[in-house]
Amino acid sequence: MSLQENRPTTRWQRVRDNDIVWSFIHSPGAVFAAAITLFAILACVFAPLIAPFDPFDPAQISLWDGKLPPAWIEGGQPQYLLGTDNQGRDMLSTILYGGRLSIMVGAAAVCLGMVLGVTLGVISGYVGGVTDAIIMRIADVQLTIPGILLAILINGIGRAFLPLELRQEFAVYVVILAIGLTDWPQFARVTRGATLVEANKEYVQAARIIGLPGWLIMLRHILPNTLRPVLVIATIGLALAIIAEATLSFLGQGIPPTTPSLGTLIRVGNDYLFSGLWWITLFPAIALVVLVFAVNLLGDWMRDALNPKLR
Amino acid sequence: MIFFVLKRLAQSVLVMAIVSAVSFSLFNFVGDPVNNMVGQDATREQRIEIRQQLGLDDPILTQYARFLGNALQGDFGLSYRIKRPVDELILERLPATLELVFVSAIIALVVGITLGIYTGIRRSAWTSRIILSVSLVGVSLPTFIIGIALIYVFAVHLRWLPSSGRSGTMEFGWWKTSLLTIDGWRAIILPAITLSLFQLTLILRLVRAEMLEVMQTDFIKFARARGLSERAINFRHALRNTLVPVITIIGLNIGGLIAFSVITETVFQWPGTGLMFIQAVDFVDVPIMAAYLVFVALLFVLINLVVDILYFVVDPRIRLGN
Repeated sequence: MSLQENRPTTRWQRVRDNDIVWSFIHSPGAVFAAAITLFAILACVFAPLIAPFDPFDPAQISLWDGKLPPAWIEGGQPQYLLGTDNQGRDMLSTILYGGRLSIMVGAAAVCLGMVLGVTLGVISGYVGGVTDAIIMRIADVQLTIPGILLAILINGIGRAFLPLELRQEFAVYVVILAIGLTDWPQFARVTRGATLVEANKEYVQAARIIGLPGWLIMLRHILPNTLRPVLVIATIGLALAIIAEATLSFLGQGIPPTTPSLGTLIRVGNDYLFSGLWWITLFPAIALVVLVFAVNLLGDWMRDALNPKLR
Repeated sequence: MIFFVLKRLAQSVLVMAIVSAVSFSLFNFVGDPVNNMVGQDATREQRIEIRQQLGLDDPILTQYARFLGNALQGDFGLSYRIKRPVDELILERLPATLELVFVSAIIALVVGITLGIYTGIRRSAWTSRIILSVSLVGVSLPTFIIGIALIYVFAVHLRWLPSSGRSGTMEFGWWKTSLLTIDGWRAIILPAITLSLFQLTLILRLVRAEMLEVMQTDFIKFARARGLSERAINFRHALRNTLVPVITIIGLNIGGLIAFSVITETVFQWPGTGLMFIQAVDFVDVPIMAAYLVFVALLFVLINLVVDILYFVVDPRIRLGN
């Protein structure tokens, strides 16, 4: 036994014996969710390679093929597996490209919120005093107004600032900004809490005694130790950001129909729902719900796995 | 007690001061107010006259003070697009939103708490498991997709209920209600269910978690040991102790409902304040945007304040903690 224990462990063994990895392998829901999420992300990232058509190439779209039902229904054509939309674009390809945009916008918005929130949170917790009071008060005020309303408002203001001819082109960035600026307080609160705990530990005091500058202590010593809870919030935040983007686009405030996201597709399809063209709405909606559900499930598992109290 | 209330009151005033400052700056930074009033082809003299009328050349703090003074009297100026006083527009559309929120809140609370208690008591029953799985799906479903699905099933496919708008209204002074006619109820039921579903799942999960936690406590074990009936334990001892957090949810619930009414009202073309806000954002109608922002923040601050004070009254531990 002692021989085995002393044997140097390979990197793979250490990964396998890690408690979080163990918990992951032993919870089927998490593996399932991760598989779906990974599949969705890969499918969307490689959309240009796997999509049967390019929905942005006018040469591949013909209005004659518009409003075709899915292939398995009478009147459908085999090359359009999920049917076509009102402009004759292949639904499957459009969904892949739309999902790509939705995931990208969601991820970018969460990254923006995370960087902003974590930075302010660490500073707030480490520096304390008036800085802390101001930052946390702003976060509190922002949390009193529900996120989606704030996103709509910031998005509206952002668009109003842009000249008309640039609005379509920059709509994606305005949406990212609006969602990112909405979700930073969550990150700031959690990071501040973790920072307060870490800042009193011996290693931080030691770093302070040997005269390291404050920014270096925050960046190299405290930050890495606050990242576990941030990861959980980021995962759940990704699901919320994807929903927020879809909602904005559905309300006609977000991504324009020329470069559709999942929300825009559902909005366009909704106009044709009454004429019985259900597939233009249904398939993007299913894609959105499955994606969000998988990410949520992953976040749920992560919250339990990373919280030792719940085990 | 008085100190606690005063402290919370001071915080609320601070929040409102910041929100009103933001909404005041909307007027100055989004678009040109003079252009919005007179249009592009006004002469230079007309512009200068309007600038002076609006007092745009005064120091910024004077302008802010004037904005605050007007806002306190409910005066947010004229809508750029409809050219009518904003407070009038909001009051006109408020009943529709409040009735929608009210019906949704009732659905969410009654169904949510009932299912929460059921799944909390019958923890391992297969019905509980199904309810919980469905509720997890409910959290992942965006509000507008629920709305579209309900419209498709009940309005397009089955043709049981109207798909949009508000009908069967009766007037009482300035309040138009749709809750007194069958037509009104037929119109409100789909939007109300759509709006309530997300909150319902949240309430369900919270009540269930609270029930499970209370069931583990010593006083429940002791009640069992005394040989009390299951019914008495569940409802007289356990349920009562889960109700403190429920107060918070009711507060958060109403806030969330008001926020998401923007989406539901757009899906169902419900003529409330949320739909008005979305249209105002579309046309950069700054007075309505600013007024709605202040209005929503005020509602939230009031709800939070009431919830905190209720907490203080209901839970003796918080009183001792202070």
